[in-house]
Parts: sequence; structure tokens; C-alpha cells
Amino acid sequence: MLLRRCGTDALLVEVDSLIEVAAVRAALQGLDGVEELVPAARTVLVKGALPQVREALATVDLTHAPETRSREVTIPVSYDGPDLDLVADTANITPDEVVRLHTGATYEVAFCGFAPGFGYLTGLPDVLQQPRLDSPRTKVPAGSVGIAGEFTAAYPRATPGGWRLIGRTEITLFDPAAETPALLAPGDSVRFVVA
Amino acid sequence: MKRTITVVRTGPQALIQDLGRPGHAHLGVPPSGAVDPDSIKLANRLVGNPETAAGLELLLGGTHITAEASCTVAVTGPAVEVRIDGKLADSHQPLHLPKGSTLEIGTPDTGLRTYLAVSGGIDTPPALGSRSTDLLSGIGPEPLRDHDVLELGTPAPANGADVVPPLRAPLELDVAILLGPRDDWFDDAETQLRQGVWTVSDRSNRVGVRLRGTKLNRRDGEIPSEGMITGAVQVPPDGHPVVFLNDHPTTGGYPVIGVVDRDHLRFLGQARPGTTVRFRPMRVSTTGPHR
Repeated sequence: MLLRRCGTDALLVEVDSLIEVAAVRAALQGLDGVEELVPAARTVLVKGALPQVREALATVDLTHAPETRSREVTIPVSYDGPDLDLVADTANITPDEVVRLHTGATYEVAFCGFAPGFGYLTGLPDVLQQPRLDSPRTKVPAGSVGIAGEFTAAYPRATPGGWRLIGRTEITLFDPAAETPALLAPGDSVRFVVA
Repeated sequence: MKRTITVVRTGPQALIQDLGRPGHAHLGVPPSGAVDPDSIKLANRLVGNPETAAGLELLLGGTHITAEASCTVAVTGPAVEVRIDGKLADSHQPLHLPKGSTLEIGTPDTGLRTYLAVSGGIDTPPALGSRSTDLLSGIGPEPLRDHDVLELGTPAPANGADVVPPLRAPLELDVAILLGPRDDWFDDAETQLRQGVWTVSDRSNRVGVRLRGTKLNRRDGEIPSEGMITGAVQVPPDGHPVVFLNDHPTTGGYPVIGVVDRDHLRFLGQARPGTTVRFRPMRVSTTGPHR
């Protein structure tokens, strides 16, 4: 674990894996005075209460993913994405098998970013871990479900994007007026089902 | 019936802003809020509002407002000409707007962003605890258009005067910056920052201040996306630094060479294109293995 200074009141905690990220996030969650706690792929950004943060980090056990009372979210998907055949060909399986694999796994929201409510989900079966498109789309429709590298995600709103799109969902992923604006938050458990 | 004002003319860009919606970065939600928070807080205090009330952030002024109900207003930021029904009035002072009168805000001679507070505050529905317009993510009210009518909240009596001089927006800025978190991506980051000189690009906006000038030499490649904070100086492969302002993305994959000191950031946010920028790097020896 490496602590990197990020301005006067924030630290970037650098670790080696998503499991360690989850351990650091859990250790700092709910700490009094923490203003922002932003997990990412190999880091956790924490703003505020730095003495307490350092103290909590001194005793964190990085080897164990934390016990979390995570929410369980189910996302219904119509698997008719424009890159479904490409994903199947790349994996050397049929489109039906892509759907079976994608709906068969349980995912965890590792972190959010890119756009409000955009959750990076881990737990993607190996053969579905595929690169981004060579040329990103200028507009990916809201609700598109895609894969990229070790992650799968659903686009909360229309944005440019380079993920391989395998389907789409009608579910609202982000509504700023709602009491819980984001459907997905770090630590949540997610399953996809055929709509 | 609610008290209202009408934005007869917006000027180049008029946005509703308060102190933003920090605390939601883990959901991918930028902090947003006034780029020059000290100025909106001052404007609010002058009209008796809590500092957190929503007002207007006006890019290069040029805004005309009609009061549909009697109200108190204050204009802050850089020094700017203010008129009520054609008569000269003062910025940085509480001003009474009788019902039906029109406030004209001129274009400031220096600086970028003028702030207007109205007694009671702008009372649009909040989103995630803030009324701020976030131009990156689209959260909050749309940018204002000519003839928009804005509802006001309940005013409180102003409690005493508050004298603050207008913001100074110099043509050359000397900006304190704390090295890290990714200064190790650069050959001698401290010297590169100290010896470089930049100008504010006209492609700057509320997402970030883009600087043109000395190219910062960095390692090739990208970092797996990591959390970003306001004031972070991100360096893309072309070596031209971007200083993140309030509508910045919550994560990014370019190395951050340093973070601009909070008290200096508002001056960058007020710096017009062409303003000269130099960095004064500071090092805090708290990086290193934790255990």
C-alpha cells in the first residue's frame, strides 16, 4: 500500500488489486469527517479527516475482502446489442452462450466513474473479457450493456463509448431527482437476467 | 405566489450555482458549484442569505434582470459596472431592487465570472442536495435562456455590512501547487513546473482550465482510472496541463502532477484566456511506503 499526497486534504491510496481496493474502501467507509471516498481500479481517493484515515489504514487487513451488507440489484437485459456477434466470434462461442455466461455470473460494483451512475462491474467470465472497440462510438444509447477488459457495465445515459455492446436495459440507472439517485454503488452485488 | 425575477438577457452564459454537491464522487457525480466560491458566499452574505443559497454565475456579465417583486441583490466577483433602471450603482454592496425595476450587469474589465445573489436565493428544485448546473454530467438546471423566470425563496433580514474589495484578476498568475499524487511520472516534476510558463487557453471551461505553453515531459502510457479532485493538474500525453475545476470528471487515467492550492484555484477559475500562469511547486514529504 502506497499513500500518495493529493493536495492539502486528500490522499490517493494505491494498492495492488480490486480486492485490496474493496478492503481499503470498507476500512474508510463511514469514518467521521471523510468528505469523498472514491474507489477505482487500483486506488482509493479519500478526502478529509486525514489523521483518522491514516490511523484506520495502519490496521487494515488487505488480504480479506470485507464483509459488506451490499445491496443486491437485478438488471433485466434484452440481449440484442450490435456487438453480440463480435463478442461471440471473439470468444469462439455462440451468441446464446454469451447470454448464458453473462446472465450466469454474479457481479460486484468495483467502482463508479465516467458518468453519474456508471458502475464498473467485476466478475465477468474469462472468455467475455475482451478489448474495447478499435474505434469508439460517438454515441452509445442510454441503457446499453457492454463489456470491456475485466468489466461489464450499463450506460446510464447516452455518451460516447468504446465498449462492446451486447444488449440494452430499460431500467433507470441514474435519476438525480430520486431519493437514491444511482441504482449502483460500490460494493453492490449485481445479476443480469434476460428481459 | 412565489416572488420571482426574470432573466431578460443572460449574457454569454448564465448558470444557477451554489456550493455544489460534494460527497457523491463515488457515484460518478462531479462536485460542481461556483468556480469562485468566495464570491458567491460574499454575495449571499450581502443580501442576508445563508452562504449555501443558490445565485447566478455569469460568464463575462452582460446580464439584465427584472425584479417581479421587491428584493435585495448583490453583485460580486471582479469589479463590474452595475445599473438599476439606468442609474449607476455599486457592485459588492447590497442593492435594493424595487418591484418592476431592471438590474443591468456590465462586462467586467478583468476576470471571467460575476456572481449575483438575490434575497431568498434562487429556489429551483435541488438535485443531490444542490441547485448547481453541472455542465459535464447534465445534473441540475439547464443553462439559463433569455426570459427565464426564476422563483425565489423566503428572504431573511440582512445582518450587518460586509466590506470586501472586488476580486483582482491579474494578467499574470503565480499559482501554488502541491506535488503529487503522480509526480513520479515526470522527470523532475518540481523543476519542470517551476521553470515552465503557460497561458490560459480559450478552450477552458468549468470542467478545466487548459494551459498552453511548456510541454511537461512524462512517461508514456495510462494509469488505470483513478479518483480526481478539484484543482488536480492532469497531464495528457501531449504534455499540456489541464487544471480541473468544479465540473471535472470524478475519475481519470492521465497522471496528476500536482494539485493547485485551494486558495489559488479561484484565481485560475477567474483567469481569462491569455492570462500568464506560472507554478510555484511545494513538496510535502508524506508519500512513501505506508508499512
